[in-house]
Amino acid sequence: MAYSDKVIDHYENPRNVGTLDKNDRNVGTGLVGAPACGDVMRLQIQVSDDGKIEDARFKTYGCGSAIASSSLVTEWVKGRTLDEALTIQNKDIANHLALPPVKIHCSVLAEDAIRAAIEDYKKKKGLDG
Amino acid sequence: MTEMKLPIYMDNHATTPCDPRVAEAMMPYLTEHFGNAASRNHAFGWTAEEAVEQARGQIAELIGGTAKEVIFTSGATESNNLALKGALEFYASKGNHIVTSPIEHKAIIDTVRYLERQGAEVTWLPVPEDGIITAESVREALRDDTVIVSVMHGNNEIGTVNPIAEIGAVCKEAKVLFHVDAAQTAAKLPIDVQAMGVDLLSMSGHKMYGPKGIGALYVRRRRPRVRIAPLMHGGGHERGMRSGTLPVHQIVGMGKAAEIGRLEMDDEINRTRALRDRLFEKITAEVPDVLVNGSMKDGERMPGSLNISFTYVEGESLLMALRDVAVSSGSACTSASLEPSYVLRALGLDDENAHSSIRFGIGRFNTEAEVDHVADLVIRAVAKLRALSPLWEMHQEGIDLKSVQWTAH
Repeated sequence: MAYSDKVIDHYENPRNVGTLDKNDRNVGTGLVGAPACGDVMRLQIQVSDDGKIEDARFKTYGCGSAIASSSLVTEWVKGRTLDEALTIQNKDIANHLALPPVKIHCSVLAEDAIRAAIEDYKKKKGLDG
Repeated sequence: MTEMKLPIYMDNHATTPCDPRVAEAMMPYLTEHFGNAASRNHAFGWTAEEAVEQARGQIAELIGGTAKEVIFTSGATESNNLALKGALEFYASKGNHIVTSPIEHKAIIDTVRYLERQGAEVTWLPVPEDGIITAESVREALRDDTVIVSVMHGNNEIGTVNPIAEIGAVCKEAKVLFHVDAAQTAAKLPIDVQAMGVDLLSMSGHKMYGPKGIGALYVRRRRPRVRIAPLMHGGGHERGMRSGTLPVHQIVGMGKAAEIGRLEMDDEINRTRALRDRLFEKITAEVPDVLVNGSMKDGERMPGSLNISFTYVEGESLLMALRDVAVSSGSACTSASLEPSYVLRALGLDDENAHSSIRFGIGRFNTEAEVDHVADLVIRAVAKLRALSPLWEMHQEGIDLKSVQWTAH
């Protein structure tokens, strides 16, 4: 399978790899996927007091497209409010990375990861999801 | 450092390059000696027939059979189809029960499933964790109406080698036909159809450094005389078992490949095994938590074969890092289906470890320098991908991944 240049770039130089303190009240963690399916993404966001995502980190077990999708969303969510981050859709990710049809599930998983991280943050803060 | 040609081919289970000596032997039969081997009344036909018979003899000698017992086909897939469908049809009056294993090549599995739809009954042999099919399990599976047992010699995915002679003895005793898919082992490991009690044996040209599009089926003629119904009807070529004009140049190529394989076998076994062990030792010296898929015991693994799972790293992402190396992965992501390798699952491997598997196939033209280069690439890639892997981090923290509630998708 041929990978797009953008997928290769994110795979070679993944952005924002790492781990934030999951016990920090300002950090939301989303862990989505399953090892048995061949993809697991962990996306963490750090939210400032004024409700903006000021930092994001990821780690992903999965194919190159899964790694690229999660790397890309860390770039996209940074600087956005939670509501703005929730507008990111899988098709935006898939289009940007030029994912072939068999890899669309990677972009779906990345969208799920954003939602899961935000949900976790809101739960911690006692906000309604 | 000596210059190395990239990409490096290390996928010799999938196919092998044509040996230059083979290609050279084939050439005259494309141009000068183009005759139809079935033309009995002129020199063009005689020359072609002579070349075909020489190749038949070379292949027979490789496996301890006689030239008359070798039937040319288009490849091991056709040989497997012909052996199973042909035997089931011919021996329909005896019964319709087949015994085989769930880790056979798709050319067996799909053929058996087809026969099942036609009314045949199938017993799938149990597969132990090490991937070695036991003669005892075959004995237990046999019934009065069993027509044929089909067990592969070397497994194309995990590289394991089954105890063919032991299984052959069980079949002989029960007077049941024994078919062996030897696509991976012919011209690479010793095969003796007499000593192993084999009645039908499938071979492939392109897996033994010969050309693609040619294969052979050994069909025993004595003790017992094995009969099979043809798949191809026509001019009655190949003793009526496989009609169709013989592709003389490919047959010459496969014959030459068989001869080279036989003459150089002992040296090649030692050389490729040493390279395989070197690759494995280099990798495992640097990379922890590596699982070997299939038995590593002497005699239970093909010499150039290695299938390992790099836990917490997904196979396709690893292949992406190994862009300059041609290897395969059992990961679903590398194939059209979304299921990971059925062979690894039959061994009882977790899906995640099946997704993490890489198959290395070292062959005649691989060098020590290539092995060292590949080992270095693998070591670097696994380190990088584990640093990226949330599963590796969780494993390091002592979290049991089986206790985590995953969201399957």
